[in-house]
Amino acid sequence: MAVFRNITIGQYVPGDSLVHRLDPRTKILVTLFLVVGLFFIDSFSGYGIAAVLIGLAIATSTISPRFIFRGLRPVIAIVILTFVLNSFMTEGDPIWQLGFLVLTKEGLFRGSMLALRLILLIVGTSVLTLTTSPIALTDGLESLLKPGKKIGVPAHELAMMMTIALRFIPTLLEEAEKIMKAQMARGADFESGNLIQRAKSLLPLLVPLFVSAFRRADELAIAMEARCYRGGEGRTKMNLLLFRPADYLILSGSGLLIIYLAWAF
Amino acid sequence: MSIEIRDLTHIYNAGTPFAQDALKNINLTIEDGEIIAIIGHTGSGKSTLVQHFNGLLRPTKGTVRIDGVDLSQKGVSLRDVRRKVGLVFQYPEHQLFEETVWEDVAFGPRNAGITGEELEDRVRRALKSVDLDEGFADRSPFELSGGEKRRVAIAGVLAMEPSVIVLDEPTAGLDPRSREDLLGQILRLHKERALTVVFVSHNMAEVAKIAKRLVVMENGGIAMEGSPEKIFVDSEKLQGIGLGVPDMTLLMQRLRERGWSLPASVLTIEAAEAAILEALASKETGAKSSGAGKGSSKGVYK
Repeated sequence: MAVFRNITIGQYVPGDSLVHRLDPRTKILVTLFLVVGLFFIDSFSGYGIAAVLIGLAIATSTISPRFIFRGLRPVIAIVILTFVLNSFMTEGDPIWQLGFLVLTKEGLFRGSMLALRLILLIVGTSVLTLTTSPIALTDGLESLLKPGKKIGVPAHELAMMMTIALRFIPTLLEEAEKIMKAQMARGADFESGNLIQRAKSLLPLLVPLFVSAFRRADELAIAMEARCYRGGEGRTKMNLLLFRPADYLILSGSGLLIIYLAWAF
Repeated sequence: MSIEIRDLTHIYNAGTPFAQDALKNINLTIEDGEIIAIIGHTGSGKSTLVQHFNGLLRPTKGTVRIDGVDLSQKGVSLRDVRRKVGLVFQYPEHQLFEETVWEDVAFGPRNAGITGEELEDRVRRALKSVDLDEGFADRSPFELSGGEKRRVAIAGVLAMEPSVIVLDEPTAGLDPRSREDLLGQILRLHKERALTVVFVSHNMAEVAKIAKRLVVMENGGIAMEGSPEKIFVDSEKLQGIGLGVPDMTLLMQRLRERGWSLPASVLTIEAAEAAILEALASKETGAKSSGAGKGSSKGVYK
């Protein structure tokens, strides 16, 4: 069950730091810049600067770095796999050889770059979700997508779907944990056995989980209809999004910085 | 089978910004053959506490001993413990997953390695103990009514034939009739099989009716402990915790405030009836001997 406790993606830690108070649109755009930038950066010094920037954001957000790095745990296997695969599969100067496996200099370089990129991507994007409440996040997204409405992008519907999906991540995790415990109380074993046995042992967890997800979806739909929900048409907001000087500053600053980083490194 | 809890503390999400003390220094002993109720406000730690009874949660601090064996010791098989201490979660019907009722009830004993005739026997007995007849065995658990599903789920735990059964709010969300039936079945199991029963509840009337001992929890600690009679007398303290007393206890209390001499420890409607009749009878004889019906209870008495 500790499995579920380590998932920090999509979790929000309330706070009152500068990062928390930024307009969600600013944070979404900066994160977008970061993601795009990270794919363009191609040198260690570039990643170094990006890491410092992310570190700065974490420091101002007052969220404990330990908590953020905990979110990396579930993906650490993927990071290691990426590193190892790239280290051995890239052609170039051989450094070390084990049978047909050849560790190359270029491979080592590319492997560590990709691993770094993945880690920075995850840590960077988790700063966004950790400091922005799901509601603010989707409000921001809806507002950013609004111009697309003219060409048929269902901005409100997309945002609503995202709100609901985000809203139900913790609920479903909690539910999964509860069902898992209930089945364990009946002697179920989720941890041992070979792959097929393990997949089979998930059935007592997955069936009730799906049943309850459908039940919840049904209840939610009824509750929304009971409150006359009919999409975004003519809907007004209680809290309007507002760009403040700090938003403009950070937005333009980080935008320029990322362009520079992507171009120079 | 006794459950012994010493200095139990449990912190959820320890080491994260969401860290939360759920239990603080709990000391509790549940003896073999007891029927005990744990009551408390939502969030007082009841469910967290009961999940320690079969090792689903591990104490942050303190020990849980089942029959003298410390669960945190190395080499203790938690699956064995879970076979002996059956835990029925809140809304247990949400855990049903098999195609038929029979298969679902058989899930637990099957995990315990029971097969063949013994398995058949156990499933049949478990279904019978919650008053579900053979006709239910081949039906899909998803097409049953809420109360029936709940009973199937409880049968699923009973089929493991535990010597302690822990039920977390077994009657929540049931209609009065199913509630009564279920309580009757629990009580019958306790009597016939000498099953130790621990149940968590919000409903004071139901607690008063079947529990021999109460544990009142507040903010992760034990606020009061003792027999229902003893605990419900202290209605002020209970209300301070956000809990009530059974309606009949409250009625007796109000009547006593109006000058009737009635016992404080009345919990059920039957006991209340007897006490009121007795009070009326003694009032009558008292009134006859002293002449007119004076006293503060005139209005009520008419």
